[in-house]
Amino acid sequence: MPEFLTLRVNGEPVQVIAPVHKTLLEVLREDLGLTGTKHGCELGECGTCTVLVDGEPVLSCLVLPVECQGQEILTVEGLAASGRLHPLQQAFAELGAAQCGYCIPGILLTSKALLDASPQPTRDEIREALAGNLCRCTGYTKILEAVELAALRMAGEERAAAGGLGARAAGQGGGR
Amino acid sequence: MMRLPPFRYLAPRSVAEAVRQLADHGPDAMVVAGGTDLYPNMKRRQFEPRVLVGLRGIRELAGIRGSARQGMVLAAGATLTQVSNHPEVLRHYPAVARAADLVSTPQLRNMGTIGGNVCVDTRCNYYNQSYAWRKAIGFCMKKDGDICLVAPGSDRCLAISSSDTAPVLWSLGASVRLVGPKGERVIPISALYQDDGIQYLTKAADEILTEIVLPPVDGLRATYWKLRRRGSFDFPVLGVGVALRMEGEVCREARIVLGAVASQPREAADAGRLLVGERLTPELIDRVAEAAAKPSKPLDNTDLVYHYRKRMTRVYVARALRELAGLPVGEFPLGMTARN
Amino acid sequence: MSPKEELAVIGKPLPKVDAWEKVAGDTRFADDLFLPRMAYAKILRSCHPHALIKRIETSRARALPGVYAVITGADFPPVKFGIMPTSQDEEVLCTEKVRFVGDPVAAVAAVDEETAERATELIDVEYEVLPTIMSIEQALAQEKVRIHEYGDGPNIHKAVSLEFGDVEEAFRQAHLVREDVFYFEGNTHLPMEQHAAVARWGPDGKLTLWSSTQTPHYVHRAMAKVLGLPMSHVRVIATPNGGGFGGKSDPFSHEMVVARFAQLTGRPVKCTLTREEVFYCHRGRHPVLMWVKTGVTKTGEILGMHFRSWLDGGAYGSYGVASTYYTGVLQTSTYKVPVYKFEGMRVFTNKPPCGPKRGHGTPQPRYALECHLDKIAADLGLDPVELRRRQLVDEFSMTANHLTITTCGLGECIDKVVEASGWRDKFRKLPPGRGVGFAASAYITGAGLPIYWNKMPHSGVIVKIDRGGGVTVFCGSTDIGQGSDSVLAYVVAEVLGIAPEDIRVVTGDTDLTPVDLGSYSSRVTIMTGNAAKEAAEKLQGLLFDAAAKKLDVPPSALEARARRIFVRDDPDKGMSFPDAAQLAEAAYGTLAAAGSYTPPMRGGKFKGSGVGPTPAYSYSACVVEVAVDPETGEVRPVEIWIAHDVGRAINPLLVEGQVEGSIYMGLGEALMEEQVFRKGLHKIPSMLEYKSPTTLETPEIRTVLVETLDPEGPFGAKESGQGPLLPVIPAIANAVYDAVGVRVDEVPITPEKVLKGLDLRAQGKEPRVGPERVPAARFPEPIRVPLPGEDSTLEAQATIYRRAIHRREGPRS
Ligand SMILES: Cc1cc2nc3c(=O)[nH]c(=O)nc-3n(C[C@H](O)[C@H](O)[C@H](O)COP(=O)(O)OP(=O)(O)OC[C@H]3O[C@@H](n4cnc5c(N)ncnc54)[C@H](O)[C@@H]3O)c2cc1C
Ligand code: SF4
Ligand code: FES
Ligand code: FES
Repeated sequence: MPEFLTLRVNGEPVQVIAPVHKTLLEVLREDLGLTGTKHGCELGECGTCTVLVDGEPVLSCLVLPVECQGQEILTVEGLAASGRLHPLQQAFAELGAAQCGYCIPGILLTSKALLDASPQPTRDEIREALAGNLCRCTGYTKILEAVELAALRMAGEERAAAGGLGARAAGQGGGR
Repeated sequence: MMRLPPFRYLAPRSVAEAVRQLADHGPDAMVVAGGTDLYPNMKRRQFEPRVLVGLRGIRELAGIRGSARQGMVLAAGATLTQVSNHPEVLRHYPAVARAADLVSTPQLRNMGTIGGNVCVDTRCNYYNQSYAWRKAIGFCMKKDGDICLVAPGSDRCLAISSSDTAPVLWSLGASVRLVGPKGERVIPISALYQDDGIQYLTKAADEILTEIVLPPVDGLRATYWKLRRRGSFDFPVLGVGVALRMEGEVCREARIVLGAVASQPREAADAGRLLVGERLTPELIDRVAEAAAKPSKPLDNTDLVYHYRKRMTRVYVARALRELAGLPVGEFPLGMTARN
Repeated sequence: MSPKEELAVIGKPLPKVDAWEKVAGDTRFADDLFLPRMAYAKILRSCHPHALIKRIETSRARALPGVYAVITGADFPPVKFGIMPTSQDEEVLCTEKVRFVGDPVAAVAAVDEETAERATELIDVEYEVLPTIMSIEQALAQEKVRIHEYGDGPNIHKAVSLEFGDVEEAFRQAHLVREDVFYFEGNTHLPMEQHAAVARWGPDGKLTLWSSTQTPHYVHRAMAKVLGLPMSHVRVIATPNGGGFGGKSDPFSHEMVVARFAQLTGRPVKCTLTREEVFYCHRGRHPVLMWVKTGVTKTGEILGMHFRSWLDGGAYGSYGVASTYYTGVLQTSTYKVPVYKFEGMRVFTNKPPCGPKRGHGTPQPRYALECHLDKIAADLGLDPVELRRRQLVDEFSMTANHLTITTCGLGECIDKVVEASGWRDKFRKLPPGRGVGFAASAYITGAGLPIYWNKMPHSGVIVKIDRGGGVTVFCGSTDIGQGSDSVLAYVVAEVLGIAPEDIRVVTGDTDLTPVDLGSYSSRVTIMTGNAAKEAAEKLQGLLFDAAAKKLDVPPSALEARARRIFVRDDPDKGMSFPDAAQLAEAAYGTLAAAGSYTPPMRGGKFKGSGVGPTPAYSYSACVVEVAVDPETGEVRPVEIWIAHDVGRAINPLLVEGQVEGSIYMGLGEALMEEQVFRKGLHKIPSMLEYKSPTTLETPEIRTVLVETLDPEGPFGAKESGQGPLLPVIPAIANAVYDAVGVRVDEVPITPEKVLKGLDLRAQGKEPRVGPERVPAARFPEPIRVPLPGEDSTLEAQATIYRRAIHRREGPRS
């Protein structure tokens, strides 16, 4: 039976009418048009569908919207606050961390949760935090570098944090 | 997209209400906590409950309390992340924290509960497959069929107990509190299990596991070793929980419990006895490990070749004991990449 | 000024043109398309590995509320399809026979996925079960059971035999002749995105298909053929691929199914495969059994080599004919092999069809060859790096099997990687349980021939300039994450002197874009890059002519850079790019130009010479350090160093990304990924049980790029998307030997195999784990091809190349 639900997604209240057995993944994509959240298995085995619920990374393929009522759901569409890319998004774009980009929404959100909890993680800490997000394209190298760059910028240690949208900030990549 | 079959979802606010709802719907109902075990199974149609009783909204089932002196209580609804990050658990029951931390991935640990972990379904690679796959190979007795495909002569299902925390909790002598329509009871966790791949829990279907009670530390030292291919995602294909009560250099009490070698955690009691009253010398450790490997009888129904898993039992038990004895253990295997 | 600094865009670590939408979650993959009134399709697949279809009863499915249509093979014209013209052996939905568990049998379109799925379960199929063939040995032994009626023998899809010079004579001359046998287990691409397709049948009677495909042009052809429609009424749009790696290079059943449903129901129809179905689509790495025999001198120089391979092809042809040749052709492209013989055979089995996976047919023989050479080095007491370093192929030369080598940076790659890894201080010197291994490789930069015979270009590009200075590039190529859209923008931006972000790239749409054959065989940068360069240069000519008139200078005095066109020696004298565009449009009319690329015709004049030739070969050298636990047999890669000759890094960031991704994939194949079967079924069709390395299993990767500026490539570029995968696997195997003295001649190198080797060593037996024997050789009589003589035309060509490079790029340092 379809149920009427009120959720908070990306800082806004939204109303949905959906059968209770539809997962959050399905409702986000099919009922709310938020197709930025991807899926690779729907069984909890890949991490692609990761979203944040009250700031914690969870698998949207294994959670029901009824179970998230009253909680803050953040998807990749909500990461760029008021049109400005999150430093993670900026760093991922600049360093070529997104190849096909399919795993990237989930990885960005997991990384955000990490940096919110631990602003200056070591590379091993980043590896552990991202151990639940498979990526078949990148070998993770550029992803790890991008998280590090974002962390640096967010800590204000890198002047380039002021760099805006687009390729203007280009050329700072590849630094190692 | 793999999708869930339809069901009604009930969100009780108290254990009593949940127990009542379970009783009302009888075999049509199941409880769900984090859903990380149940939902994938439902998508593959290993379970098709008409009613789900969701435990997430029950306050009583949240939280971790207690102390090293009195013992600690892990409410069933505590997530694995909460268990593995809890400062007191980390300090006094590091093996529990490690076992919880070695479950699957960070996301799953944020969702999965300790109660669900203790009750996690047994596994078998003839069973953890889609409906169409199982139909193609021929259904087995654990769901929809009547024979066992791993051991066609077997009259029972041999699916594997795959909980990471259960072997450690058992080795520590933890108990669980069960609440059902007839009231509540506290039983040792070792009594929660039985060696049957289908009926692997002794708890009644309408009983809810509300908490896990850890005994006072009182000299207990424990550890957990896990064999799997990768440092995340993977279930244990062998788990070794060891708890020792030491008096100075001498071992007064020892429990070695193996995970993923049978349909329930399996205590290697003979091996444990060899340790009592002894010092943990490398020679003794080797003998104990040899004895512990005896009850390990893996079958060809999970990852890694079964004779390899059997052989690793000895190696992993030895390493777990060496760790507790403060002897060098070499590099930790890949499957053990954990923070704790 | 060094030649690199002269370029404004090429060689710079710029973001990809589509990076912003990817990090914003805006990229629309096929499953992200939702059209009004859309129906959802599900495919019923065979539950038997091999069976005859007796009857299909669909009435119960049709009766289910919410079902729009149910189809079987009878709803299609009786034509078969397949990627290779010689292997047209697939049906959209099987009519008479199923050949593996997962073979499509019937399909349902319904109001939603759940209903469609439930309806598939209501379809009753009556089968007559046939005996199954699950291995190479069974395929060759069971002549009476026939999976297909065509091929080069019972269950033999393709058998080839080529001899270049007299190998037996070479072996007679040799100081040492060594034979080895290797096995490479199959594995799959596992792209994170599951294949999806959406079809729309317009009121005008035309079909549009959106699909996650790497080869829209081939899908276009197959679609028209299967549906009996003129190609002009079919439009195929390749959506961005969420990873491909070769797994989305065949036309697939689900693409035709949604198209037929769209026709039948008048609704848009979508089909998204489940992960399990992706395992059934497969087309991944062939399991290959290999035997290699080499004769060498006392100092390790190769005198002759004989290589045999047996490929387990699965149930259909796919790219298998090419795959078979690829297991034999590139052995000669790294070290001088003066005399060479190759025999190869691909058999049919009742498993999902194998096809092209990253490195297509070459990682398996490369693994065999590099381990074999390592053993030869050990036999002779030589350093394995030195053994190879001494006999590298010459630049601008021809191999025994008539492959033309242009630039070769392998020597530099080896030196760099030996240096970076500290090889000399580590090889045979690390403590027990630690070891280093080395391997090198070469890979093609695009195949010399298209999949179907024709004389048209392999790649076409149209560039259009609008009055505001905006530039649009149209090309049939498909971005599967490798950055091919960006390469188009970089090349055009460089030539026109504008920035990549001023360019819109429109790709992979058979209505809008000129044909490009697809994202396979590492062909995209070289082919689309050259075509784009040609188109952009034509427009640059028009812009310069118009601007020159206005500025009253000869066009040759002009330069385009920083969004301006100006006099090279007087940069203040010039005009903005949009102003130049308006002048040019006024003078010459609408500004658009096309460029095309066809690779040079190369290769010998013998049957089978079409596979292997390429405009240029990329080269890689790799060192891996591993730690091996002697008690558990676990192999842990500690660090990986790779140097890759990419010709020219159009964008070093993207090249590094390709190299790192290749290493990652090679690592998984070497240590844990395997496609295994039990009782006729895929044993582990899930992301949990098919083991793909996570961040924790992926070590630090150190990449060095080597540039050789190949005259064939746009700005000198070769390839980087596949080649770097090749050396990783043998380097790991060789490192395991250095660490614990065990030879694992069978991939993946699992802990139990390493332990078995250690046990053998402890028992004083040969510490080797791997296949013991190969089937009796039943190869055809070899085609005996004369060795290429001192080829004067080649030498002349080489001189021209060298002059061309010198002129364009300045002397190479
Ligand atoms: C990809 C993947 C990898 C995994 N890897 C591991 C692993 O490495 N180690 C491991 O141990 N587990 C693993 N799991 C299983 C599972 O995620 C964990 O065991 C988790 O802790 C289960 O908790 P849950 O709250 O999500 O359980 P649920 O799915 O909610 O429940 C599991 C079962 O227990 C019952 N149940 C739950 N809570 C109660 C209760 N309070 N009282 C009575 N019955 C209850 C449910 O009815 C259900 O039958 C994995 C799962 C997936 C999908
Ligand atoms: S052990 Fe036997 S009965 Fe149990 S799940 Fe596996 S195949 Fe089925
Ligand atoms: S889709 Fe794979 S974990 Fe959710
Ligand atoms: S970028 Fe393609 S899967 Fe990660």
